[in-house]
Amino acid sequence: MNNTYLSHNNIVSSFGFDSQAAVVNIKNEVSGLQLVDNPKMLPEPFYSSLIPAEKTRSVFETLNPQQEYTRLEQILLVSLERVIKKSQLELNDRVGLIISTTKGNIDVLSEDSPFHKNRAYLGELGKIVQSFFGFKTEPIVVSNACVSGILAVAIAKRFISQGRFDHVFIASGDLVTPFILSGFHSFQALSPTLCRPYCKTRSGINIGEVAASALVTRSDANLAEEAVKILGDASCNDANHISGPSRTGEGLYRAVRSALSEAGLVSEEIDYISAHGTATSFNDEMEAIAFDRLGMQKTPLNSLKGYFGHTLGASGLMEAIIGMHSLHQNTLFTSKGFQELGVSKPINVITETTPRELKTFLKTASGFGGCNAAVIFQKLQK
Amino acid sequence: MGDIKQELKSKIIEQLNLEDVTVDEIADNDPLFGDGLGLDSIDALELIVMLDKDYGIKLSDPKEGKKIFESIETMANYITANKTK
Amino acid sequence: MMKDNYRIASYCHIKNNEISLNGALIFKGEGPFKTFIKMAYQHFAVDYPKFFKMDNLSKLAFMAGDVLLKHEKVSPEQEENIAIVFSNRASSLDTDRKHQESIQDVTAYYPSPAVFVYTLPNICIGEISIKYKLYSENSFFIFDAFNPDYLFEYSSSILDSGKAEKVLCGWVDFDEENYEAFIYLVSREGSFIHSTEEIKRLY
Repeated sequence: MNNTYLSHNNIVSSFGFDSQAAVVNIKNEVSGLQLVDNPKMLPEPFYSSLIPAEKTRSVFETLNPQQEYTRLEQILLVSLERVIKKSQLELNDRVGLIISTTKGNIDVLSEDSPFHKNRAYLGELGKIVQSFFGFKTEPIVVSNACVSGILAVAIAKRFISQGRFDHVFIASGDLVTPFILSGFHSFQALSPTLCRPYCKTRSGINIGEVAASALVTRSDANLAEEAVKILGDASCNDANHISGPSRTGEGLYRAVRSALSEAGLVSEEIDYISAHGTATSFNDEMEAIAFDRLGMQKTPLNSLKGYFGHTLGASGLMEAIIGMHSLHQNTLFTSKGFQELGVSKPINVITETTPRELKTFLKTASGFGGCNAAVIFQKLQK
Repeated sequence: MGDIKQELKSKIIEQLNLEDVTVDEIADNDPLFGDGLGLDSIDALELIVMLDKDYGIKLSDPKEGKKIFESIETMANYITANKTK
Repeated sequence: MMKDNYRIASYCHIKNNEISLNGALIFKGEGPFKTFIKMAYQHFAVDYPKFFKMDNLSKLAFMAGDVLLKHEKVSPEQEENIAIVFSNRASSLDTDRKHQESIQDVTAYYPSPAVFVYTLPNICIGEISIKYKLYSENSFFIFDAFNPDYLFEYSSSILDSGKAEKVLCGWVDFDEENYEAFIYLVSREGSFIHSTEEIKRLY
């Protein structure tokens, strides 16, 4: 059985242009969420973490772009460029490219966008990233709601295990747009306050934006020092409702079971869960039920939504990256916003940054369409 | 009052795409959710939008909807008492 | 690495107001998509009121899935581990445009939750999963054009790793009244070889 690793990585966020900036702030329990009052985005104020556009542009200019790029393309390219550079890989036909996004350049559909509406086709986004760096293989765009980012890691591993690629670069990202905000608002899912995953006083989601990129590889040469082995992965459907999470947590339960089985682990061997935790009433409750059924009531768990909000197609990958840094630093990060348990089953929400010897972690995500995904990672033996 | 009930029935059929249901088949006191018309959580949100768009009523707490959307009768009463357009 | 040889059990096309199963025409309708797909719904006695709440992409994918899974005698009562792997070019753009229209004008700003929920391409996988009680693997890919190569490899990987017993796989695209579905069931048994060439030929 061949090993597959999650290695070099980058996070572009409101905190800066590398993973380190995000990790340091999370470790210090600093949130990137702020109140935004911009009627052009949403008629009422909302909490979000936005990537500063001006700063992005100036960082992007250093890559010598030869044409105009959308803001999403800029953050994806800036993020991915850093990962490609660190990997020192030649982009030949053994190197794949996965783009993970829910809505891509959806903002070009707006009448005030200077870009052609065709830019909204996700295949176009794939081609733009492919040709910017000169990837030799055709890009694979994954658009599977809020599990896209973590599912992309599973997909990369699967293509590698089929012998199709030796290395796969994943770039993930979604913007905070009027399109997305209005939709979640119509669902009455946006929180008027900072989001509080799993908390008694939780009142919904904050939507944020990041771009996250990473290398998935079968080669153990030149791995990042925080690299982790990908032990098992799965995605399962709730078969229940297209927007309402399952009352029994069935899909999530099955996804974790399936990932554990591939990893050859039992639930007690998971040291930490990086959960989804959107802070909606139903999602968090569903997760608690699933983890309870899995016998993971005592496993330390956090949601990182309190730092950046829900970052949609990037969230799963970004949170997996934070998880690998958490393992590397042997530190459990606080589940920001949490005060008092507000779900019906016991779960062990991390309430302060805690040093802890960590070897394995589970990353989960759930989304519209009833989809759930789980991936298990393990620290490399030194 | 009778008018608004008829109006609501046809609106609900149209906006919630209840293809196999006719206005005559919905009684004023039939439950809209559960065993009645079988509406779901997305339909409930859609009815909240309808109240806003057609009657100028803003519901900020979705829990309020539960009582209002019990039946055509309860909806019509609420709309008659609270509409602003 | 030795790989199992998988087969394609059956396949279904929907395009140009026609539905065919394993290459044979089984329904011909008329009119715009909305009319055509309703005729198909009635013809096959689908009897699933939720169908009319779906967006165009979900109606298309659901109808193709329903025809194929019924033919394969898949039933919600008897659970089967069938993964769903779909792909297309236009993602959910048909519905995305509708949602955008509802927020474009600030004086008539009424985004609809029933529209917004369909602004994700994988919702159509959820719709089939709900009807057939498939608690299985899901993935939705966007490609510039039908990509039998990637689909072949990905389905094989899901079957090789034992994550599913069968894979319902293919292309479901809806864009400005242009629509096309081609889906097939990869299994251990069936009349057709599961290979990139064969998928291309059947397509």
